[in-house]
Amino acid sequence: MADPAQDAVGMPQLDFSTFPNQIFWLLVAMVALYLILSRVALPQIAAVLADRRGTITADIAAAEEAKQKAVAAEEAYHKALAEARAEAGRIVDQARAEMQRELDAQLARAEAEIAAQAAESEARIREIRTSAMGMVSEIARDTAKEVLGVFDVKADAKTVTAAVDAQLKREDAA
Amino acid sequence: MEGELVQMGAYIGAGLACLGMGGAGIGVGHVAGNYLAGALRNPSAAPGQTAFLFIGIAFAEALGIFSFLVALLLMFAV
Amino acid sequence: MAENGIVIKPMDQFIVKPLFGGDVVSWYTPTNVTLWMALTVLAATALMVYGSRGRAVIPTRAQSVAELTYSFIYKMVQDVAGRDAVRFFPYIMTVFLFVLLANLLGLIPFAFTTTSHIAVTAVLALTVFISVTALGFILHGTKFLKLFWVDSAPLALRPVLALIEVISYFVRPVSHSIRLAGAMMAGHAVAKVFAGFAAALGAAFFLPILAVTALYALELLVAVIQAYVFTILTCVYLKDALHPAH
Repeated sequence: MADPAQDAVGMPQLDFSTFPNQIFWLLVAMVALYLILSRVALPQIAAVLADRRGTITADIAAAEEAKQKAVAAEEAYHKALAEARAEAGRIVDQARAEMQRELDAQLARAEAEIAAQAAESEARIREIRTSAMGMVSEIARDTAKEVLGVFDVKADAKTVTAAVDAQLKREDAA
Repeated sequence: MEGELVQMGAYIGAGLACLGMGGAGIGVGHVAGNYLAGALRNPSAAPGQTAFLFIGIAFAEALGIFSFLVALLLMFAV
Repeated sequence: MAENGIVIKPMDQFIVKPLFGGDVVSWYTPTNVTLWMALTVLAATALMVYGSRGRAVIPTRAQSVAELTYSFIYKMVQDVAGRDAVRFFPYIMTVFLFVLLANLLGLIPFAFTTTSHIAVTAVLALTVFISVTALGFILHGTKFLKLFWVDSAPLALRPVLALIEVISYFVRPVSHSIRLAGAMMAGHAVAKVFAGFAAALGAAFFLPILAVTALYALELLVAVIQAYVFTILTCVYLKDALHPAH
Protein backbone atom coordinates (compact mmCIF):
# COMPACT_ATOMS: atom_id res chain seq x y z
CA MET A 1 0.00 0.00 0.00
CA ALA A 2 2.70 2.47 0.99
CA ASP A 3 4.22 2.68 -2.41
CA PRO A 4 6.77 5.51 -2.63
CA ALA A 5 5.81 6.26 -6.20
CA GLN A 6 2.18 6.75 -5.22
CA ASP A 7 3.02 8.69 -2.07
CA ALA A 8 4.42 11.38 -4.26
CA VAL A 9 1.03 11.90 -5.83
CA GLY A 10 -0.35 13.77 -2.82
CA MET A 11 -4.01 14.00 -3.60
CA PRO A 12 -5.10 10.96 -5.65
CA GLN A 13 -8.08 12.98 -6.84
CA LEU A 14 -5.74 15.25 -8.77
CA ASP A 15 -3.75 12.46 -10.40
CA PHE A 16 -4.85 13.20 -13.93
CA SER A 17 -3.31 10.00 -15.30
CA THR A 18 -6.20 8.02 -13.78
CA PHE A 19 -8.92 10.28 -15.15
CA PRO A 20 -9.50 8.51 -18.48
CA ASN A 21 -9.81 5.21 -16.65
CA GLN A 22 -12.35 6.55 -14.16
CA ILE A 23 -14.38 8.36 -16.78
CA PHE A 24 -14.46 5.30 -19.04
CA TRP A 25 -15.64 2.96 -16.31
CA LEU A 26 -18.11 5.54 -15.02
CA LEU A 27 -19.70 5.81 -18.46
CA VAL A 28 -19.85 2.02 -18.74
CA ALA A 29 -21.47 1.73 -15.32
CA MET A 30 -23.95 4.53 -15.96
CA VAL A 31 -25.03 3.16 -19.32
CA ALA A 32 -25.40 -0.33 -17.86
CA LEU A 33 -27.40 0.96 -14.90
CA TYR A 34 -29.54 3.18 -17.14
CA LEU A 35 -30.38 0.26 -19.43
CA ILE A 36 -31.16 -2.06 -16.52
CA LEU A 37 -33.36 0.51 -14.84
CA SER A 38 -35.22 1.83 -17.87
CA ARG A 39 -35.75 -1.56 -19.54
CA VAL A 40 -36.40 -3.86 -16.58
CA ALA A 41 -36.64 -2.35 -13.13
CA LEU A 42 -38.71 0.79 -13.56
CA PRO A 43 -41.46 -0.70 -15.79
CA GLN A 44 -41.69 -3.62 -13.39
CA ILE A 45 -42.11 -1.41 -10.35
CA ALA A 46 -44.48 0.91 -12.19
CA ALA A 47 -46.60 -2.11 -13.15
CA VAL A 48 -46.66 -3.33 -9.56
CA LEU A 49 -47.64 0.12 -8.29
CA ALA A 50 -50.40 0.45 -10.88
CA ASP A 51 -51.56 -3.06 -10.05
CA ARG A 52 -51.73 -2.23 -6.37
CA ARG A 53 -53.62 0.98 -7.04
CA GLY A 54 -56.11 -1.00 -9.13
CA THR A 55 -56.52 -3.64 -6.43
CA ILE A 56 -57.03 -1.02 -3.76
CA THR A 57 -59.60 0.83 -5.86
CA ALA A 58 -61.47 -2.39 -6.59
CA ASP A 59 -61.39 -3.40 -2.93
CA ILE A 60 -62.66 -0.03 -1.84
CA ALA A 61 -65.48 -0.26 -4.38
CA ALA A 62 -66.37 -3.76 -3.15
CA ALA A 63 -66.34 -2.56 0.44
CA GLU A 64 -68.57 0.37 -0.52
CA GLU A 65 -70.99 -2.01 -2.20
CA ALA A 66 -71.04 -4.32 0.81
CA LYS A 67 -71.72 -1.33 3.02
CA GLN A 68 -74.63 -0.26 0.83
CA LYS A 69 -76.02 -3.77 1.04
CA ALA A 70 -75.70 -3.79 4.81
CA VAL A 71 -77.48 -0.44 5.02
CA ALA A 72 -80.29 -1.72 2.80
CA ALA A 73 -80.62 -4.87 4.89
CA GLU A 74 -80.79 -2.81 8.04
CA GLU A 75 -83.50 -0.61 6.55
CA ALA A 76 -85.51 -3.66 5.51
CA TYR A 77 -85.15 -5.09 9.00
CA HIS A 78 -86.31 -1.87 10.59
CA LYS A 79 -89.23 -1.68 8.20
CA ALA A 80 -90.28 -5.26 8.96
CA LEU A 81 -89.96 -4.57 12.66
CA ALA A 82 -92.15 -1.47 12.42
CA GLU A 83 -94.75 -3.37 10.42
CA ALA A 84 -94.82 -6.20 12.95
CA ARG A 85 -95.18 -3.69 15.72
CA ALA A 86 -98.08 -1.95 14.00
CA GLU A 87 -99.77 -5.30 13.36
CA ALA A 88 -99.35 -6.30 16.98
CA GLY A 89 -100.76 -2.97 18.11
CA ARG A 90 -103.71 -3.39 15.81
CA ILE A 91 -104.44 -6.90 17.14
CA VAL A 92 -104.19 -5.69 20.72
CA ASP A 93 -106.57 -2.81 20.02
CA GLN A 94 -109.03 -5.14 18.37
CA ALA A 95 -108.94 -7.59 21.24
CA ARG A 96 -109.35 -4.79 23.72
CA ALA A 97 -112.32 -3.36 21.84
CA GLU A 98 -113.97 -6.77 21.68
CA MET A 99 -113.47 -7.39 25.32
CA GLN A 100 -114.80 -3.94 26.11
CA ARG A 101 -117.87 -4.61 24.08
CA GLU A 102 -118.52 -7.92 25.76
CA LEU A 103 -117.87 -6.41 29.12
CA ASP A 104 -120.30 -3.58 28.37
CA ALA A 105 -122.96 -6.03 27.26
CA GLN A 106 -122.54 -8.16 30.37
CA LEU A 107 -122.54 -5.10 32.58
CA ALA A 108 -125.71 -3.84 30.94
CA ARG A 109 -127.34 -7.22 31.36
CA ALA A 110 -126.25 -7.42 34.97
CA GLU A 111 -127.48 -3.91 35.64
CA ALA A 112 -130.85 -4.66 34.09
CA GLU A 113 -131.16 -7.77 36.24
CA ILE A 114 -130.15 -5.86 39.30
CA ALA A 115 -132.63 -3.12 38.46
CA ALA A 116 -135.45 -5.65 38.01
CA GLN A 117 -134.65 -7.34 41.33
CA ALA A 118 -134.37 -3.98 43.03
CA ALA A 119 -137.76 -2.92 41.66
CA GLU A 120 -139.33 -6.18 42.85
CA SER A 121 -137.78 -5.81 46.27
CA GLU A 122 -138.95 -2.23 46.50
CA ALA A 123 -142.45 -3.26 45.58
CA ARG A 124 -142.41 -5.90 48.30
CA ILE A 125 -140.97 -3.49 50.78
CA ARG A 126 -143.65 -0.98 49.95
CA GLU A 127 -146.29 -3.64 50.34
CA ILE A 128 -144.88 -4.73 53.65
CA ARG A 129 -144.65 -1.17 54.72
CA THR A 130 -148.24 -0.33 53.83
CA SER A 131 -149.50 -3.38 55.64
CA ALA A 132 -147.29 -2.52 58.58
CA MET A 133 -148.54 1.08 58.58
CA GLY A 134 -152.13 -0.17 58.55
CA MET A 135 -151.35 -2.37 61.52
CA VAL A 136 -149.70 0.48 63.34
CA SER A 137 -152.76 2.75 63.11
CA GLU A 138 -155.01 -0.12 64.24
CA ILE A 139 -152.76 -0.92 67.17
CA ALA A 140 -152.53 2.77 68.03
CA ARG A 141 -156.31 3.13 67.99
CA ASP A 142 -156.75 0.06 70.12
CA THR A 143 -154.04 1.17 72.46
CA ALA A 144 -155.54 4.67 72.65
CA LYS A 145 -158.93 3.18 73.42
CA GLU A 146 -157.42 0.99 76.09
CA VAL A 147 -155.55 3.92 77.57
CA LEU A 148 -158.66 6.09 77.54
CA GLY A 149 -160.56 3.26 79.07
CA VAL A 150 -158.06 3.03 81.85
CA PHE A 151 -158.41 6.75 82.58
CA ASP A 152 -162.16 6.43 82.38
CA VAL A 153 -162.50 8.92 79.66
CA LYS A 154 -165.44 8.41 77.50
CA ALA A 155 -164.67 8.98 73.93
CA ASP A 156 -166.37 7.78 70.93
CA ALA A 157 -164.53 5.66 68.50
CA LYS A 158 -164.66 8.29 65.73
CA THR A 159 -162.85 10.96 67.64
CA VAL A 160 -160.16 8.59 68.84
CA THR A 161 -159.53 7.35 65.38
CA ALA A 162 -159.26 10.88 64.00
CA ALA A 163 -156.85 11.92 66.75
CA VAL A 164 -154.63 8.89 66.29
CA ASP A 165 -154.58 9.35 62.55
CA ALA A 166 -153.59 13.00 62.99
CA GLN A 167 -150.90 12.04 65.41
CA LEU A 168 -149.61 9.37 63.10
CA LYS A 169 -149.55 11.77 60.21
CA ARG A 170 -147.59 14.21 62.31
CA GLU A 171 -145.20 11.42 63.22
CA ASP A 172 -144.83 10.49 59.57
CA ALA A 173 -144.16 14.01 58.62
CA ALA A 174 -141.52 14.23 61.28
CA MET B 1 15.23 25.35 3.94
CA GLU B 2 13.17 27.12 1.36
CA GLY B 3 11.09 24.01 0.74
CA GLU B 4 10.34 23.74 4.43
CA LEU B 5 9.28 27.38 4.50
CA VAL B 6 6.92 26.75 1.61
CA GLN B 7 5.51 23.74 3.42
CA MET B 8 5.02 25.74 6.58
CA GLY B 9 3.18 28.38 4.62
CA ALA B 10 1.04 25.72 3.01
CA TYR B 11 0.10 24.23 6.37
CA ILE B 12 -0.69 27.62 7.87
CA GLY B 13 -2.79 28.39 4.82
CA ALA B 14 -4.59 25.10 5.15
CA GLY B 15 -5.44 25.92 8.75
CA LEU B 16 -6.66 29.36 7.77
CA ALA B 17 -8.77 27.89 4.98
CA CYS B 18 -10.56 25.77 7.53
CA LEU B 19 -11.96 28.97 9.07
CA GLY B 20 -14.23 29.09 6.06
CA MET B 21 -15.97 25.99 7.30
CA GLY B 22 -17.18 27.95 10.30
CA GLY B 23 -18.97 30.29 7.93
CA ALA B 24 -20.58 27.35 6.21
CA GLY B 25 -21.62 26.02 9.60
CA ILE B 26 -23.25 29.35 10.46
CA GLY B 27 -25.01 29.33 7.10
CA VAL B 28 -26.32 25.79 7.46
CA GLY B 29 -27.49 26.54 10.99
CA HIS B 30 -29.25 29.65 9.76
CA VAL B 31 -31.09 27.75 7.04
CA ALA B 32 -32.09 24.90 9.34
CA GLY B 33 -33.06 27.21 12.21
CA ASN B 34 -35.24 29.40 10.03
CA TYR B 35 -36.84 26.35 8.54
CA LEU B 36 -37.64 25.04 12.00
CA ALA B 37 -38.99 28.40 13.12
CA GLY B 38 -41.24 28.54 10.09
CA ALA B 39 -42.28 24.93 10.49
CA LEU B 40 -43.30 25.51 14.11
CA ARG B 41 -45.37 28.51 13.12
CA ASN B 42 -47.14 26.67 10.34
CA PRO B 43 -46.58 22.92 10.74
CA SER B 44 -48.99 22.01 7.96
CA ALA B 45 -46.86 23.78 5.35
CA ALA B 46 -43.60 22.23 6.55
CA PRO B 47 -43.54 18.95 4.57
CA GLY B 48 -43.82 20.79 1.26
CA GLN B 49 -40.76 22.86 2.03
CA THR B 50 -38.26 20.15 3.01
CA ALA B 51 -36.92 20.08 -0.55
CA PHE B 52 -36.06 23.76 -0.28
CA LEU B 53 -34.51 23.12 3.12
CA PHE B 54 -32.12 20.61 1.62
CA ILE B 55 -31.36 22.77 -1.40
CA GLY B 56 -30.57 25.67 0.92
CA ILE B 57 -28.40 23.52 3.13
CA ALA B 58 -26.59 22.18 0.06
CA PHE B 59 -25.83 25.65 -1.25
CA ALA B 60 -24.60 26.85 2.13
CA GLU B 61 -22.57 23.73 2.66
CA ALA B 62 -20.93 23.84 -0.78
CA LEU B 63 -18.93 26.90 0.19
CA GLY B 64 -17.63 25.19 3.29
CA ILE B 65 -16.59 22.28 1.13
CA PHE B 66 -14.76 24.68 -1.17
CA SER B 67 -12.72 25.92 1.78
CA PHE B 68 -12.06 22.35 2.80
CA LEU B 69 -10.91 21.67 -0.73
CA VAL B 70 -8.54 24.60 -0.59
CA ALA B 71 -7.12 23.20 2.64
CA LEU B 72 -6.66 19.80 1.04
CA LEU B 73 -5.01 21.28 -2.00
CA LEU B 74 -2.56 23.19 0.19
CA MET B 75 -1.83 20.09 2.23
CA PHE B 76 -1.36 17.58 -0.54
CA ALA B 77 -1.16 19.23 -3.93
CA VAL B 78 1.06 22.29 -3.49
CA MET C 1 3.04 13.67 6.92
CA ALA C 2 5.06 13.17 10.09
CA GLU C 3 8.44 11.59 9.50
CA ASN C 4 8.66 9.81 12.86
CA GLY C 5 6.18 7.76 14.82
CA ILE C 6 2.95 6.56 13.23
CA VAL C 7 2.32 7.91 9.78
CA ILE C 8 -1.29 8.78 9.03
CA LYS C 9 -2.04 8.73 5.35
CA PRO C 10 -5.65 9.77 5.07
CA MET C 11 -5.56 10.07 1.30
CA ASP C 12 -4.18 6.64 0.49
CA GLN C 13 -7.67 5.16 0.44
CA PHE C 14 -8.48 7.18 -2.66
CA ILE C 15 -5.62 5.85 -4.80
CA VAL C 16 -6.73 4.27 -8.05
CA LYS C 17 -4.96 0.90 -8.43
CA PRO C 18 -5.12 -1.73 -11.12
CA LEU C 19 -6.96 -4.77 -9.90
CA PHE C 20 -4.60 -7.38 -11.29
CA GLY C 21 -1.21 -5.93 -10.45
CA GLY C 22 0.95 -3.62 -12.50
CA ASP C 23 1.40 0.12 -12.22
CA VAL C 24 0.05 1.46 -15.47
CA VAL C 25 -3.48 2.80 -15.36
CA SER C 26 -4.57 3.17 -18.95
CA TRP C 27 -8.15 4.03 -19.88
CA TYR C 28 -9.37 0.43 -20.11
CA THR C 29 -7.42 -1.15 -17.21
CA PRO C 30 -9.77 -2.86 -14.73
CA THR C 31 -9.06 -0.96 -11.50
CA ASN C 32 -10.65 -0.70 -8.09
CA VAL C 33 -12.84 1.95 -9.72
CA THR C 34 -14.16 -0.77 -12.02
CA LEU C 35 -14.74 -3.14 -9.14
CA TRP C 36 -16.67 -0.71 -6.98
CA MET C 37 -18.69 0.71 -9.83
CA ALA C 38 -19.64 -2.82 -10.83
CA LEU C 39 -20.66 -3.49 -7.22
CA THR C 40 -22.72 -0.30 -7.26
CA VAL C 41 -24.53 -1.38 -10.42
CA LEU C 42 -25.03 -4.85 -8.95
CA ALA C 43 -26.44 -3.43 -5.72
CA ALA C 44 -28.84 -1.21 -7.64
CA THR C 45 -29.90 -4.15 -9.78
CA ALA C 46 -30.34 -6.32 -6.71
CA LEU C 47 -32.54 -3.71 -5.08
CA MET C 48 -34.63 -2.65 -8.04
CA VAL C 49 -34.88 -5.86 -10.09
CA TYR C 50 -34.23 -8.79 -7.80
CA GLY C 51 -35.90 -7.22 -4.76
CA SER C 52 -39.16 -6.54 -6.59
CA ARG C 53 -39.17 -9.65 -8.80
CA GLY C 54 -42.15 -11.08 -6.86
CA ARG C 55 -44.42 -8.30 -8.20
CA ALA C 56 -46.51 -8.94 -5.11
CA VAL C 57 -49.49 -6.75 -4.35
CA ILE C 58 -48.48 -6.97 -0.71
CA PRO C 59 -44.75 -6.23 -0.95
CA THR C 60 -41.87 -7.93 0.77
CA ARG C 61 -39.32 -5.83 2.61
CA ALA C 62 -36.94 -5.44 -0.33
CA GLN C 63 -39.83 -4.70 -2.64
CA SER C 64 -41.14 -1.96 -0.33
CA VAL C 65 -37.71 -0.35 -0.26
CA ALA C 66 -37.55 -0.43 -4.06
CA GLU C 67 -41.06 0.97 -4.35
CA LEU C 68 -40.43 3.67 -1.76
CA THR C 69 -37.30 4.75 -3.61
CA TYR C 70 -39.20 4.76 -6.88
CA SER C 71 -42.12 6.80 -5.53
CA PHE C 72 -39.80 9.16 -3.67
CA ILE C 73 -37.77 10.06 -6.76
CA TYR C 74 -40.85 10.09 -8.98
CA LYS C 75 -42.58 12.55 -6.67
CA MET C 76 -39.44 14.67 -6.43
CA VAL C 77 -39.14 14.91 -10.22
CA GLN C 78 -42.80 15.81 -10.48
CA ASP C 79 -42.78 18.37 -7.67
CA VAL C 80 -39.48 20.07 -8.39
CA ALA C 81 -39.05 19.82 -12.15
CA GLY C 82 -42.69 19.70 -13.20
CA ARG C 83 -44.99 17.14 -14.73
CA ASP C 84 -43.38 17.22 -18.16
CA ALA C 85 -40.04 16.25 -16.62
CA VAL C 86 -41.30 12.74 -15.98
CA ARG C 87 -39.82 11.54 -19.28
CA PHE C 88 -36.36 12.15 -17.78
CA PHE C 89 -37.26 10.16 -14.70
CA PRO C 90 -35.23 7.04 -15.66
CA TYR C 91 -32.07 9.11 -16.02
CA ILE C 92 -32.61 10.90 -12.71
CA MET C 93 -33.34 7.57 -11.04
CA THR C 94 -30.08 6.21 -12.49
CA VAL C 95 -28.11 9.15 -11.12
CA PHE C 96 -29.77 8.89 -7.72
CA LEU C 97 -29.25 5.17 -7.34
CA PHE C 98 -25.68 5.34 -8.58
CA VAL C 99 -24.67 8.15 -6.25
CA LEU C 100 -26.57 6.76 -3.26
CA LEU C 101 -25.22 3.24 -3.55
CA ALA C 102 -21.69 4.38 -4.40
CA ASN C 103 -21.74 6.58 -1.28
CA LEU C 104 -23.12 3.80 0.90
CA LEU C 105 -20.81 1.11 -0.46
CA GLY C 106 -17.89 3.46 0.07
CA LEU C 107 -18.66 3.42 3.80
CA ILE C 108 -17.78 -0.25 4.06
CA PRO C 109 -14.31 -0.49 5.64
CA PHE C 110 -11.54 -0.94 3.05
CA ALA C 111 -13.95 0.02 0.29
CA PHE C 112 -13.10 2.45 -2.45
CA THR C 113 -15.47 5.40 -2.77
CA THR C 114 -15.91 6.12 -6.44
CA THR C 115 -17.95 9.27 -5.77
CA SER C 116 -15.10 10.82 -3.79
CA HIS C 117 -13.21 11.35 -7.03
CA ILE C 118 -13.66 14.66 -8.72
CA ALA C 119 -13.31 12.96 -12.12
CA VAL C 120 -16.43 10.88 -11.48
CA THR C 121 -18.60 13.59 -10.00
CA ALA C 122 -17.43 16.11 -12.60
CA VAL C 123 -18.56 13.79 -15.38
CA LEU C 124 -21.90 13.27 -13.66
CA ALA C 125 -22.37 17.00 -13.15
CA LEU C 126 -21.17 17.94 -16.62
CA THR C 127 -23.51 15.40 -18.20
CA VAL C 128 -26.39 17.05 -16.38
CA PHE C 129 -25.14 20.56 -17.18
CA ILE C 130 -24.56 19.97 -20.89
CA SER C 131 -27.74 18.01 -21.47
CA VAL C 132 -29.83 20.53 -19.55
CA THR C 133 -28.35 23.45 -21.46
CA ALA C 134 -28.83 21.68 -24.77
CA LEU C 135 -32.37 20.78 -23.81
CA GLY C 136 -33.11 24.39 -22.93
CA PHE C 137 -31.94 25.61 -26.31
CA ILE C 138 -33.73 22.82 -28.19
CA LEU C 139 -37.04 23.41 -26.41
CA HIS C 140 -37.01 27.21 -26.25
CA GLY C 141 -34.39 28.35 -28.78
CA THR C 142 -32.98 31.76 -27.96
CA LYS C 143 -35.79 32.35 -25.48
CA PHE C 144 -33.80 30.16 -23.14
CA LEU C 145 -31.41 33.09 -22.71
CA LYS C 146 -34.22 34.91 -20.89
CA LEU C 147 -33.18 32.82 -17.93
CA PHE C 148 -30.34 35.30 -17.49
CA TRP C 149 -32.39 38.43 -18.20
CA VAL C 150 -34.38 39.21 -15.08
CA ASP C 151 -37.50 41.01 -16.30
CA SER C 152 -38.73 41.89 -12.85
CA ALA C 153 -35.62 43.93 -12.02
CA PRO C 154 -35.14 47.63 -12.91
CA LEU C 155 -33.69 48.09 -16.39
CA ALA C 156 -30.43 49.58 -15.17
CA LEU C 157 -29.75 46.61 -12.95
CA ARG C 158 -30.48 44.00 -15.57
CA PRO C 159 -27.02 43.79 -17.23
CA VAL C 160 -25.38 43.40 -13.84
CA LEU C 161 -27.87 40.76 -12.83
CA ALA C 162 -27.41 39.02 -16.17
CA LEU C 163 -23.67 38.85 -15.55
CA ILE C 164 -24.24 37.40 -12.10
CA GLU C 165 -26.78 34.93 -13.44
CA VAL C 166 -24.40 33.79 -16.19
CA ILE C 167 -21.57 33.30 -13.72
CA SER C 168 -23.77 31.42 -11.29
CA TYR C 169 -25.05 29.31 -14.15
CA PHE C 170 -21.55 28.24 -15.12
CA VAL C 171 -20.51 27.67 -11.53
CA ARG C 172 -23.34 25.15 -11.18
CA PRO C 173 -21.47 22.08 -12.47
CA VAL C 174 -18.44 23.04 -10.39
CA SER C 175 -20.34 23.29 -7.13
CA HIS C 176 -22.55 20.38 -8.13
CA SER C 177 -19.59 18.04 -8.52
CA ILE C 178 -17.23 19.38 -5.86
CA ARG C 179 -19.96 19.29 -3.22
CA LEU C 180 -20.42 15.58 -3.64
CA ALA C 181 -16.77 14.67 -4.04
CA GLY C 182 -15.72 17.01 -1.21
CA ALA C 183 -18.31 15.72 1.24
CA MET C 184 -17.38 12.12 0.52
CA MET C 185 -13.64 12.79 0.63
CA ALA C 186 -13.83 14.85 3.81
CA GLY C 187 -15.76 12.24 5.76
CA HIS C 188 -13.51 9.41 4.74
CA ALA C 189 -10.29 11.35 5.32
CA VAL C 190 -11.42 12.48 8.77
CA ALA C 191 -12.43 8.93 9.68
CA LYS C 192 -9.01 7.73 8.60
CA VAL C 193 -7.28 10.44 10.64
CA PHE C 194 -9.23 9.48 13.75
CA ALA C 195 -8.47 5.81 13.13
CA GLY C 196 -4.77 6.76 12.92
CA PHE C 197 -5.10 8.55 16.31
CA ALA C 198 -6.48 5.33 17.77
CA ALA C 199 -3.26 3.56 16.80
CA ALA C 200 -1.09 6.42 18.08
CA LEU C 201 -2.77 6.99 21.45
CA GLY C 202 -2.09 3.54 22.87
CA ALA C 203 -4.10 3.02 26.07
CA ALA C 204 -6.61 5.74 25.24
CA PHE C 205 -7.39 4.13 21.92
CA PHE C 206 -11.11 3.91 22.70
CA LEU C 207 -11.62 7.68 22.56
CA PRO C 208 -10.85 8.03 18.85
CA ILE C 209 -12.78 4.84 18.21
CA LEU C 210 -15.85 6.37 19.86
CA ALA C 211 -15.30 9.45 17.72
CA VAL C 212 -15.02 7.30 14.59
CA THR C 213 -18.26 5.55 15.50
CA ALA C 214 -20.10 8.85 15.86
CA LEU C 215 -18.49 10.12 12.67
CA TYR C 216 -19.55 6.97 10.88
CA ALA C 217 -23.18 7.59 11.80
CA LEU C 218 -22.86 11.14 10.54
CA GLU C 219 -21.28 9.88 7.34
CA LEU C 220 -24.19 7.52 6.79
CA LEU C 221 -26.50 10.53 6.98
CA VAL C 222 -24.22 12.58 4.73
CA ALA C 223 -24.05 9.78 2.15
CA VAL C 224 -27.84 9.74 1.82
CA ILE C 225 -28.26 13.51 1.97
CA GLN C 226 -25.58 14.14 -0.64
CA ALA C 227 -27.24 11.70 -3.03
CA TYR C 228 -30.57 13.42 -2.34
CA VAL C 229 -29.07 16.87 -2.86
CA PHE C 230 -27.29 15.83 -6.05
CA THR C 231 -30.56 14.50 -7.44
CA ILE C 232 -32.72 17.40 -6.33
CA LEU C 233 -30.26 19.89 -7.84
CA THR C 234 -30.43 17.92 -11.08
CA CYS C 235 -34.20 18.34 -10.92
CA VAL C 236 -33.86 22.07 -10.21
CA TYR C 237 -31.56 22.55 -13.20
CA LEU C 238 -33.91 20.50 -15.33
CA LYS C 239 -36.76 22.76 -14.29
CA ASP C 240 -34.77 25.78 -15.48
CA ALA C 241 -34.38 24.14 -18.87
CA LEU C 242 -38.05 23.19 -19.16
CA HIS C 243 -39.48 26.42 -17.76
CA PRO C 244 -36.82 29.12 -18.15
CA ALA C 245 -39.12 31.95 -17.06
CA HIS C 246 -38.35 33.13 -13.55
